[in-house]
Amino acid sequence: MLELTSLTKVYKTGDKALNDVSFTVPKGQIVGLIGPSGAGKSTLIRCINRLVEPTSGSIKLGGRELTRLSSGELRAQRRRIGMIFQEFALVERLTVMENVLSGRLGYVSFWQSLTRRFPPADIQRAYRLLDRVGLMSHADKRADALSGGQRQRVGIARALAQEPELLLVDEPTASLDPKTSRQIMRLLVEICAEDGLPAIVNIHDVPLAQQFMQRIIGLQSGRVVFDGPPEALTTEALTTIYGAEDWNAMKNDAAEDVAAEADAVRRMAAISA
Amino acid sequence: MTDFPDHWQHRTPRVRLAIWFGWLCLVALFVWCWELMTARTIWSFVWDAPTQAADIGSRMFPPRWTYVENLLVPLWDTLNMATLGTILGVILAVPIAFLAARNTSPFPLVTRPVALFIIVASRSINSLIWALLLVAVLGPGLLAGILAIALRSIGFIGKLLYEAIEETDIRQVEAITATGASGSQVLTYAIVPQVLPAFWGITVFRWDINIRESSILGLVGAGGLGLNLQASISTLAWPQVTMIMIVILATVVLSEWVSAKVRQAII
Repeated sequence: MLELTSLTKVYKTGDKALNDVSFTVPKGQIVGLIGPSGAGKSTLIRCINRLVEPTSGSIKLGGRELTRLSSGELRAQRRRIGMIFQEFALVERLTVMENVLSGRLGYVSFWQSLTRRFPPADIQRAYRLLDRVGLMSHADKRADALSGGQRQRVGIARALAQEPELLLVDEPTASLDPKTSRQIMRLLVEICAEDGLPAIVNIHDVPLAQQFMQRIIGLQSGRVVFDGPPEALTTEALTTIYGAEDWNAMKNDAAEDVAAEADAVRRMAAISA
Repeated sequence: MTDFPDHWQHRTPRVRLAIWFGWLCLVALFVWCWELMTARTIWSFVWDAPTQAADIGSRMFPPRWTYVENLLVPLWDTLNMATLGTILGVILAVPIAFLAARNTSPFPLVTRPVALFIIVASRSINSLIWALLLVAVLGPGLLAGILAIALRSIGFIGKLLYEAIEETDIRQVEAITATGASGSQVLTYAIVPQVLPAFWGITVFRWDINIRESSILGLVGAGGLGLNLQASISTLAWPQVTMIMIVILATVVLSEWVSAKVRQAII
């Protein structure tokens, strides 16, 4: 369980990126974090694993306070939190396997990692995860040889290799096409459900959030302005989060995406038949 | 409908005047330098130059092919000097580059200026001058040559490498940090893979330059082909000088080819 209490982040420039943010994420819940650009979504999830230093407030994961840690303790706590990035952030020149094993860096010594001699259990886990995300045959390819969707699968496997208690997911589909986006979201949701893993997903695609998330939190200028199930995300709620806009047009666009996807599947089936 | 202006200027009149004035100054400087140069030239020597060149040229040909036998050992020395000097330079330059790069320097306020000073000091002194100093300190020989090459290489490799380190993709570093990796693990997993191609490119390029430089270090007593070059020039043995130049040319062409191949292979 993750508990945020009065989390505030003020950047050196004086920008208040987060303003008194408090919420709790119970085990197994997938939370979609939506909001306009600059609302503080990215800052919020980076505060949780302390890639960004929060100014005040408290973050507790499973009862353990994550702010005010020594650097050694911080390392140990970061292992408990897996992170998945918008542009995959794989180490491009390393192989897929090395990227997945890099999820174990917090558990092994410097020499073990330098010589790539990971414990057998770690290697077995890495293969299992690659199989889970459907990339078993790509283990020894270099990460930059993969497509966007495949790279994001490696990103997911790397995060899971940490055996995390929480997943932080930063715009997982922003660099992907609509179809691959849905496949990646489906995979994420399945994995979280299998392991009872809570997740916070930054997502700017509202229909995608409504389709896959169990709970939506809306941020606006660093404040929580909406917190509820996807069904409660009405036109009024969206206007509070994003400002006035024609939301129905956006929903129609999403419906078109789904229709186009179904159409593409039909045509592919027709070709292969 | 409003009236939009049909007139737009890329620069303001003031800027145009300043640019025009800048060019004027440059032309004036050139004219002045030309005057100075011609005033101090002894023109009878210049008019004589084609005859002199033809004279030396005729004495240089044909090259003395048999002299090659005497050049094999110095050539081997030259190659060794370049290679060992490059290796030593790399070993010293890598830590300095990591200390100099903004994103990897452990205590930027202290370590960066020190590392940058070492880089600048090494770069500002030509390897021939380094060799001159080292021959005076260590006595003539290959060791002075190797150290001269290494000292000059530190600055070159250090500067290019630290720039490559600063240009690494921060997102990959962030991702590895987020797994709970230690500082040294972030270095080896996120930064090293990104700078490795640059590292090999820089090293091979410097090795290529060092072969050229080490072939003349003998002029000041640091061993290698330059020693024969100096001996041949001072005894006016011009056919031997031609032969040495041919050997240097062949070596440089070969090293150029090797470095091009290596760079192709790593990118």
